[in-house]
Amino acid sequence: MTESTGGIEVEEETAGRVKKFMFVNRKAPYGTIYALEGLEVVLISAAFDQDVSLAFVDDGVYELVKGQATKGIDVKNFSPTYRALEGYDIEKLYVDAESLKARGLTEENLIVPVEVLSNEEMADLMAAQDVVISF
Amino acid sequence: MKFGIMISEGPYTHQATDTAYQFVKAALAKGHQIHRVFFYHDGVNNATRLTEPPQDDRNIVNRWSKLAEEHGIDLVVCVAAALRRGILEENLAKGFRISGLGQLVESGIQADRLVVFGD
Repeated sequence: MTESTGGIEVEEETAGRVKKFMFVNRKAPYGTIYALEGLEVVLISAAFDQDVSLAFVDDGVYELVKGQATKGIDVKNFSPTYRALEGYDIEKLYVDAESLKARGLTEENLIVPVEVLSNEEMADLMAAQDVVISF
Repeated sequence: MKFGIMISEGPYTHQATDTAYQFVKAALAKGHQIHRVFFYHDGVNNATRLTEPPQDDRNIVNRWSKLAEEHGIDLVVCVAAALRRGILEENLAKGFRISGLGQLVESGIQADRLVVFGD
């Protein structure tokens, strides 16, 4: 059994197995807790040496927008954490082009380098995953 | 097939946990295995033994406990999400245990399919 605080100890059955994990972020960063708690899973997954990628679709693209100012709603601005992902070797970030466009955003509005994909490319990428977890 | 399950919503407000329960029952009936059921976000509220629904309604929490007892299913509640929402060892229903997020990732690795039930 793995340890209770984060399960960083890796079981024998798990060690050495690498799967393609995709975390799909669909919600705005504030208003609900999904984005924040989703990011916590992403950080933990780094400890398991898996092939991790992140997708941002629908309102999920707002999670990466520059200049988030949350003081007025008394909620912590956790967007700098996305910049720290690189340090965890999580570098595959994909953003849905239509979701960006529909919200009047471009790549220049985002805090981290991403790859912008069409619906079709995103679908192909999802189909190629072993595990897809959506938030 | 070996299934991992993740539940992201609490009981009664949202159907996610009901659907997950029906899915798990159907999978077991077909001879599949359930590697683990992981409760995250408001899903951790499925693990409190303090719920008392009306007599004529289903008891979602007890139903999970019973299924775990009958089939030896591992019901895991995320510790960080649980602490935020006041789910502690002392009010945990039978058959549930509190552990880390690593248990979810591990389930993704060890199960053949990880199925997410949420909003």
